[in-house]
Amino acid sequence: MDKIQNNRAWFLVLPVLVIVAFSAVIPLMTVVNYSVNDTFGSNDFFWAGLEWFQDAVTSDRIHEALGRQVLFSGIILAIEVPLGIFIALNMPRQGFWSSLCLVLMALPLLIPFNVVGTIWQIFGRVDIGLLGHTLAALGIDYNYVSDPLAAWITVVVMDVWHWTSLVALLCYAGLQSIPGAFYQAAKIDQASRWSVFRFIELPKMRGVLLIAVLLRFMDSFMIYTEPFVVTGGGPGNSTTFLSIDLVKQAIGQFDLGPAAAFSIMYFLVILLISWVFYTVMTNLDRDGGN
Amino acid sequence: MVQITLRNLAHSYRANPQTEADYALKQMDHVWQDGGAYALLGASGCGKTTLLNIISGLIKPSHGRVLFGDTDVTQADTAARNIAQVFQFPVVYDTMTVRDNLAFPLRNRGKDAAYVKARVDQIAAMIGMEAMLARKARGLTADAKQKISLGRGMVREDVNAILFDEPLTVIDPQMKWELRTQLKSLHRDFGHTMIYVTHDQIEALTFADKVVVMHEGRVVQMGTPEELFEAPAHTFVGYFIGSPGMNFLDATVSGRSARLAGGHEIDLGADHGAPSGRVQLGVRPEYALLADGEGLDLSIRRVEDVGRHRIVRAEIDARPFDIVIPEGVEIPAQPRLTFAPGKINVYADDWRVAPNAGAA
Amino acid sequence: MTLELQGVSRVVAGKDHIHPTSLTLQKGTMNVLLGPTLSGKTSLMRLMAGLDRPSTGRIIWEGRDVTGLRVQDRGVAMVYQQFINYPAMSVYDNIASPVRLAGKSRAEVDRAVRSTAEMLRLTPMLDRKPLELSGGQQQRCALARALVKGAGLVLLDEPLANLDYKLREELRVEIPRIFEASGAIFVYATTEPEEALLLGGHTLTLWEGRVTQFGPTAEVYRNPADATTARVFSDPPMNFLPAVKSGHRLRFSDHANAPADGLLAGLPDGAYTAGFRANHMALNRHSGSAVAFDCRLGVTEITGSETYIHVSHGAERWVGLVGGVHALTPGQTVQVWVDPAHVYLFDAEGRLAAPAPYAQAA
Repeated sequence: MDKIQNNRAWFLVLPVLVIVAFSAVIPLMTVVNYSVNDTFGSNDFFWAGLEWFQDAVTSDRIHEALGRQVLFSGIILAIEVPLGIFIALNMPRQGFWSSLCLVLMALPLLIPFNVVGTIWQIFGRVDIGLLGHTLAALGIDYNYVSDPLAAWITVVVMDVWHWTSLVALLCYAGLQSIPGAFYQAAKIDQASRWSVFRFIELPKMRGVLLIAVLLRFMDSFMIYTEPFVVTGGGPGNSTTFLSIDLVKQAIGQFDLGPAAAFSIMYFLVILLISWVFYTVMTNLDRDGGN
Repeated sequence: MVQITLRNLAHSYRANPQTEADYALKQMDHVWQDGGAYALLGASGCGKTTLLNIISGLIKPSHGRVLFGDTDVTQADTAARNIAQVFQFPVVYDTMTVRDNLAFPLRNRGKDAAYVKARVDQIAAMIGMEAMLARKARGLTADAKQKISLGRGMVREDVNAILFDEPLTVIDPQMKWELRTQLKSLHRDFGHTMIYVTHDQIEALTFADKVVVMHEGRVVQMGTPEELFEAPAHTFVGYFIGSPGMNFLDATVSGRSARLAGGHEIDLGADHGAPSGRVQLGVRPEYALLADGEGLDLSIRRVEDVGRHRIVRAEIDARPFDIVIPEGVEIPAQPRLTFAPGKINVYADDWRVAPNAGAA
Repeated sequence: MTLELQGVSRVVAGKDHIHPTSLTLQKGTMNVLLGPTLSGKTSLMRLMAGLDRPSTGRIIWEGRDVTGLRVQDRGVAMVYQQFINYPAMSVYDNIASPVRLAGKSRAEVDRAVRSTAEMLRLTPMLDRKPLELSGGQQQRCALARALVKGAGLVLLDEPLANLDYKLREELRVEIPRIFEASGAIFVYATTEPEEALLLGGHTLTLWEGRVTQFGPTAEVYRNPADATTARVFSDPPMNFLPAVKSGHRLRFSDHANAPADGLLAGLPDGAYTAGFRANHMALNRHSGSAVAFDCRLGVTEITGSETYIHVSHGAERWVGLVGGVHALTPGQTVQVWVDPAHVYLFDAEGRLAAPAPYAQAA
């Protein structure tokens, strides 16, 4: 807090401040401007007050998209977090196989989002895709273009494939930091495998799990590219998540005002939920101390 | 509770050990009596932790056998050996309460609830943590956590041995006294076999009935604290035990008399024969006396006041020699050095030469 | 060359980490900060170094106010409990790095490195990497890095805590020698009373962020200003018991009392706390004036030539250090003897009311 300060250090921070101002603050202010004005495309603005916000709050369409979004984030968290932990627990701890695992796990994280979408879009096609074709050959009725359930499954599986390794890698790092004495003590106490997980591994992973859950929640709540490439939000509106809906509104219909109001609320919702997550998790931590 | 026997034990961390230097633990035979309080004392890297890990089953020895009673447990894993261990850093289950921590080993073995409660209450009373039983272990001080580890080690009545791996490392000096005496009372009350690994001679000597001194992968002496102090079997033990350690003077010995490099004659008080090799006299700083008049010449470099005594850092023939002077005793103006009668040990090539019986 | 703290305090989030402290450290002195974990040793050091800014007060270095001056701009060196060296550099380059950063010529660097290495007995290891050295040598390398730049203030934060007992003993002897050669102000933090005594110089005792006493080490040890200082500066802990002075007698219990003459003659009547150190307890009547106490024996710990005896006297638990080897059965009643010459008296506030007579004579 009151460390001895070196005022020259501020010069080093200055470039970052400038970049953040241009990349974040100014665009955000533009959006705020749009959200309280009406415009017809030219640079003429008419004050609209909170009208767009009212519209957004009462819009059924947005409610439905929000519902889908919450469901999607919930499902992928419920799958990716336990699956990531499970993978991390079963990864080799040292040696060649551990390095190999780490590289393989990191691969999906390195692929650009739209490429991930394209891969799965082709992979799942019934005519030429390996997955779609195989499923069809096995007599399973799978077509993500026409069947909403198939579309959902495809999008969820794609996200799990893309991001579970992030959770696994974070958990792996957490597990690696547990001293060997803890496992040895557990052996001596004849703790079951479940107890070792519940009382040693899980508490020690709590810090990284918090980060993993936060990252995965925020990312999934803002997901756009992959489902857009695979399903385009369809069939119908069945996989139209918030950001897809937002783009449809802003670009497709050029309703800049409502879209801007919507994005601000979207932003605030993510901020709020992340904050709640964070406070709850860190408070759990602190309660343990008393 | 059982006697632990190490038979022809040796261990190397290399796949194909060739020379003796490849062995972290040189071949040894050793018996740990049932109910004894032992300390394994040595510097870092002397093999004491390797030996402890072999007893606990964490390491399988490359040679030899480990017997618990008459049972060969060389290949048995830790859980099967029914031992308890307290580690250097407190190992507690943070999210459990103190009570659950203490009860954990019993519950895992399916003991009934009434017994677990009674036993945990008893142990909590012994380690002085009755008031904290309902608290979460997280956030307790290091010494409180270490007490829980200790309690978890004691809670099973049927353990074969309790192993301690430098358990007081993270504890403040003032708390060390409390934990150490607690440990001693626990040993007295329960009679478990205890093996305590440490580099700290005070901890080793005060805790153990028998101290095993290790040096470069070898047991150089096992004895009571008194034996290690009065008659170190090896110069390393002389140096390692005592603070400051034993002084050594090059000499030639024949019978009862020793002649120092400087020509001074000393009466050893007992017949030591005629040892060959490098012969040294070992004298504890506590048994070196400064007096006026007769004695050995020395030059005093500095005097350190350590409160209850003073340490005189002196030199004899340009080699350091320490003397301990009790509180309140004056250093004479023209000091000469003499040795307390019968307190001189003779070493030939680092090993002690015992005086001939009957001559003393 | 002096370092002066004028009313320096540090408050973090409403908590006093260091209570207002004024003291002056003189050139060429060894100053030991003695106190248990979390007593404020490191906080005080960080203030001295300029790593933290004091909440109040001023820090004067050689007559100049350096409060708020960055650590880089002061002549300060620090050594930590962990052995901090650059693992990829040789010992030579490790020692050379602070001088090179100061922009000295190649010849000057070489001279500084070689003389410092000689002082710390590192000359044969100059070409090795720190991780190839033993713990004691690694810490000596860190010490060399602190000393080489000729800093006027060298701060050592429990530098020997991570070393083996025997190595610690060796370095404790070496550190005062090194320190005499360098002429800097040394500040050395430790939790161990014995370490303070071995290092000598001056000792500053700390308790809960408060400096309880500062003076020559032997003086603080023999004449502690209050019960807290006595407790901090005793290992084993000091033994305490209540005492009442009435008239010419000092009463410890129904059976044990001593004449209240000499230093105690002028003391007002009333209740005091008496304190004496472990090595002043005996199992025999070692002096004519010794007072006997009936105690219940707890465990005994034998160190080889001496025995620690743990006894309880009423509600008090005492530790005694007696010469010789005594294997006694716990639970029995023993008589222990204490000479009033070794007894300190503290008043109700814990301040020293009467020093132990033996310490006055010394």
